[in-house]
Amino acid sequence: MLASSSGSPRPSVGDIFFRSLAGFAALFVLLVLFGVAVALLWRSLPAFQHFGWSFLWTGTWDPVRDLFGGWIPIAGTLISSAIALLIAVPLAYGVALFVTSLAPAWLGRPVGSAIELLAAIPSIIYGMWGLFVFAPLFAKAEPWISAHIGTLPYLGVLFRGPPMGIGMLTAGLILAVMVLPFIASIMRDVFAVVPPMLKESAYALGATPWEVQRHVVLAYTRSAVLGGIFLGLGRALGETMAVTFVIGNAHQLSSSLLKPGNSIAALLANEFAEASSPLYQSSLLALGFILFVMTLVILILARLLLWRLETAQGKAGL
Amino acid sequence: MNALYARRRFWNFFHFGMAMLVTVIGLVVLLWITWTTLRFGFSALNLQLFRMDTPAPGNPGGLRNAFVGSLLLVGLAVLAGTPLGILAGTFLAEFSQGRRIGGVVRFFNDILLSAPSIVIGLFAYSVVVYPMGHYSGWAGAVALAIIFVPVVLRTTDEMLRLVPGSLREAALALGAPYWTMILRVTYRAAGAGILTGILLALARISGETAPLIFTVLNNQFWSTDLGKPIASLPVAIYQFAMSPYADLQALAWAGALVTVIFILLLSLAARYVLHRSQRS
Repeated sequence: MLASSSGSPRPSVGDIFFRSLAGFAALFVLLVLFGVAVALLWRSLPAFQHFGWSFLWTGTWDPVRDLFGGWIPIAGTLISSAIALLIAVPLAYGVALFVTSLAPAWLGRPVGSAIELLAAIPSIIYGMWGLFVFAPLFAKAEPWISAHIGTLPYLGVLFRGPPMGIGMLTAGLILAVMVLPFIASIMRDVFAVVPPMLKESAYALGATPWEVQRHVVLAYTRSAVLGGIFLGLGRALGETMAVTFVIGNAHQLSSSLLKPGNSIAALLANEFAEASSPLYQSSLLALGFILFVMTLVILILARLLLWRLETAQGKAGL
Repeated sequence: MNALYARRRFWNFFHFGMAMLVTVIGLVVLLWITWTTLRFGFSALNLQLFRMDTPAPGNPGGLRNAFVGSLLLVGLAVLAGTPLGILAGTFLAEFSQGRRIGGVVRFFNDILLSAPSIVIGLFAYSVVVYPMGHYSGWAGAVALAIIFVPVVLRTTDEMLRLVPGSLREAALALGAPYWTMILRVTYRAAGAGILTGILLALARISGETAPLIFTVLNNQFWSTDLGKPIASLPVAIYQFAMSPYADLQALAWAGALVTVIFILLLSLAARYVLHRSQRS
């Protein structure tokens, strides 16, 4: 493209003005992200100073006595996101595979568009569906789960509990449904950038479509697929509304996934506006800061992985 | 040899069969959610919804104040975020060639784009609500604008970079200053794409609930004062859906329906605009 100094021999006043205006706007974005980190850290310092590092692994949450520890919501966030990814990733991979290489164009394109449109539905709708439709149905299935899967050795502990319909597992399932279209459309875009030449070469050698997918498409896009999964993880970690409705909002961490729990985002949504004491509020902000740092790390990894494909590709519309 | 071929064929059919099954499952669940919203939403939809304010349980009511509150908050975010996002995107596409700052801003913008919205809400609380000492509409508009800008920035950047260099060269060769060239030529060439970005960003912030809960709080009564807590559609939906009263839950579904229809229309409009511009 053009060097920005071209045009008239000396830059006009309009050029300088417009250029600095645009520059300030770009700088503003950097400032906001930096500001988020600084503001959250600053406001959560009282909690970190009061409780020290043990804030990270203490499970007490007692607003009456002003004693706070973040372990239970932190663990709940990680567990619900892990469940979500465990379910959503294979599903999303299947959907992307179907849309890009299995379905004929007249079917693949509308299905892809439908998935993309559904990804735009706000998470509060997923939460309401979870609470009003899915949870009552799931409550009926839970006695069966407890009776059959709950009796298995080792794994069974995770699936014993009262049939309430809401809890850690329900939250994970709703999250999975929510990140599914998101991850699927990223994977679809990623698969679409594989040069047809590579695939055709493999076909010419006699490979089956699955072998082409496995050894050519996936090999070519591996890092970007992982990046897409990490983007989905970032989304799941910070998701608030889809989780708040169904996780149960109980300050406990039990061995059973059928029991209610809590996540950072759900705790913030429920308690922040009512946090009365400064230490209470600071502890909630500290959890927010921890969530921010967790998602920041995941998102940076995701972007680096996605960029590897983009640079290999020249420029892809990711 | 034949056994090997049979095995390869089997795995081929197995994997594609699984992919098809999984797609059907995914689509069924997603359409189920949409259908639930339509069913509960339409059965609760009436004109009262747009004429009355949010009620106490047991009383008739609508969501008028919530609609108006949301329009104010979203409108403000769009007004503030659109120029900011377009200008920053212009900087990346037109002024940062070959300079490290462009890559840095692009990278951090992508991070901000996917940052959890509740964290953005906490930020708006810390920099607006906390210093002012009370909840306010302004804080919510700030939070929504911060979510709005990265989407516009990204699409503007991408769309401007698609504009062929020869167009720019032609304008510059005619003696146009660089800024006139951007305003009169590249903006016009990328206009549809930029508009798509604005529509998609608008769709994104229309349903955002988490950043509003503890910035604008809620208000049961009619108010357009942005300096005070104000009603908004997502928060009203959240509170009513969580309430134990059937009539309030019905209102929540009606609100959810309006939100979903609005967002789907915006997304379709965005696709239409982009599609039409690509054809011409």
